[in-house]
Amino acid sequence: MATVYTSSIIDAPAPRVWEALRDFNALPAWHPIVEDSRIEGHAASDQVGCIRAFRLSDGGFIRERLLALSDYDYCCVYAILESPMGVEDYIATLKLTPITDGDRTFAEWSAEFECDPNREAELVEQIGQAVFQAGFDALKQRFGG
Amino acid sequence: MAAEVVTVSRSTVIDAPLDAVWGVVRDFNDHDQWHPVVRTSYIENFLKADQVGAVRNFLLTGGERVREKLLTLSDREHSFRYTIVDADVPLQNYVAQVSLKPVTDGDRTFWSWSSKFQTPPGLEQEMAKLVAEGVYEAGFDAVRQRVQRTRQATQSTAVHDDSITAQPGSSMLITRFGGPEVFRSDKYSAPAPGPGQVRIRQHAVGVNFIDVYCRTGYFRALNPPAVPGLEAAGEIIDVGEGVTHLESGQRVGYACLPFGAYVSVRTMDAALVIPLPDGIDNITAAGGLLKGITADFLLHQVSPVSAGETVLVYAPAGGVGSLLCQWSNHLGATVIGATSNPEKIQPAREAGAHHVITPGKSSLVEQVLELTDGHGADVIFDAVGRDSFAQSVAALAERGHLVSYGQASGDIGVWDIGSLASKSATISRPNYAHYTDTREKVSTIAERLFKAIERRIVRINVNHRFALEQAEEAHRLLQTGQTTGSTVLVCDHPV
Repeated sequence: MATVYTSSIIDAPAPRVWEALRDFNALPAWHPIVEDSRIEGHAASDQVGCIRAFRLSDGGFIRERLLALSDYDYCCVYAILESPMGVEDYIATLKLTPITDGDRTFAEWSAEFECDPNREAELVEQIGQAVFQAGFDALKQRFGG
Repeated sequence: MAAEVVTVSRSTVIDAPLDAVWGVVRDFNDHDQWHPVVRTSYIENFLKADQVGAVRNFLLTGGERVREKLLTLSDREHSFRYTIVDADVPLQNYVAQVSLKPVTDGDRTFWSWSSKFQTPPGLEQEMAKLVAEGVYEAGFDAVRQRVQRTRQATQSTAVHDDSITAQPGSSMLITRFGGPEVFRSDKYSAPAPGPGQVRIRQHAVGVNFIDVYCRTGYFRALNPPAVPGLEAAGEIIDVGEGVTHLESGQRVGYACLPFGAYVSVRTMDAALVIPLPDGIDNITAAGGLLKGITADFLLHQVSPVSAGETVLVYAPAGGVGSLLCQWSNHLGATVIGATSNPEKIQPAREAGAHHVITPGKSSLVEQVLELTDGHGADVIFDAVGRDSFAQSVAALAERGHLVSYGQASGDIGVWDIGSLASKSATISRPNYAHYTDTREKVSTIAERLFKAIERRIVRINVNHRFALEQAEEAHRLLQTGQTTGSTVLVCDHPV
């Protein structure tokens, strides 16, 4: 099993950052590589079990299911149902933790998945940087950090 | 009735890799090596410090004993939990957790320290504050200094070979007199220190109102293009011939002429550069030296304040004003703050002003006389100048002392000293340089100031931080009058 872990500091209070992140359908509003997104079957975007279908700027199409959402822990867990990346059993967690010193946010984004062992290093790098860190960079630009 | 459960949670980011921070905090025994409240520590019954179940026995700096047992230790999660077994402080069922996580973005460390405990009713807030600030936040600061100092020491060794040559860095200079937009970032290099000089890698630079006056040309102190700034802190790269009180790798600060502090590396005369104790971090020093030294000599040399006196402080929430309030209060004086901004009333009270007066139905003089039963203020610290001088004289007690240490509102003009006879008033117009122009003078003041900070008699609140390159933004903010506490510029140094 491969694991990816990326973390960063966003210079804004956790509740404010969470407002932007908790909407499972809002990736295009803050993540630079996501073009458009919709929630399947008219479900609400904070309904646990809902599925988002979105397109990446390189044309890739991805469907993900919301497995857990916690407004108490500022945390969201989701699984990939369909993607061009060549990963199986992919489960990711995005979590925010308040930093009391300076009222900032510690943001963690991690994933576990199975894949072809020959591609593991490349996928870990790609997901960690092009997806997770790129998302954090966009948040840092938006909120400071 | 069962006591309520109190939860305390504090967290911070340490600018060092996780392993470096874990290397310090993992040891359950050596808190006396870094935590300011722990005087001594030993592990009971000859157990190892990483044996789960080990009990450490602390003697705190206040004289209290605390025994704590290690409940869990995980090198995988970089965390441990412990409980107080018994203590001379009212903390019951106290279980705390220390937990580190890597910040992959920048190779830093997120550190959280939290606990739950019970305490007798009425003590909840006091104990929560003690635990949060006196233990957790103080611990954060101490470890931050320790690991950052260790890293800096390594870096200093690394640069040692080429330290004979100019050290590259950056500066923020003003291109002409004018608004904040006249700042420009420029390359800068600090030459090798000559005799009597030191070269400093600066980590934080203080921003003061005098910098604004220099930039606008109100003070013709600079000749643009030139670098403003009087105050900074960092560590010594190398020292020149004849410098014996400082050494390479040492953390230092300064608040003195000549101008030129808005730089990331600086070579300057060593005489007025002060070593910083472990308890004073770079940010605090850069944000507090100039204001703290000013408050110190005003209160201890220009007009020694004693218990029972009434002290009037203008701008009581401002940089120097807030320190004057805190310190006068500690010395036992009755402190009156005078401000025209209603939003500064609360900060002034928090700084220790017993009374805060604002423009209202009666004049400042009437309000001071009313609060003092007609006596007036024994000492007045006034940096307002033109707009306040006359009323300050009128609000003085007989044989009172008016200390005029600035003129933010403009020049005071000509006064007939005969008019002071009605009160036998004393007026002082101290000049910073005359109290701080030798190493002996600065050392005496700095020693007293650092003790006052470490004992929390005065608190340096650095509420606004910018990168060195953001000097323009920092000045804009300072000029709005909306800042509280100190503002500093932080210098980046590539590792």
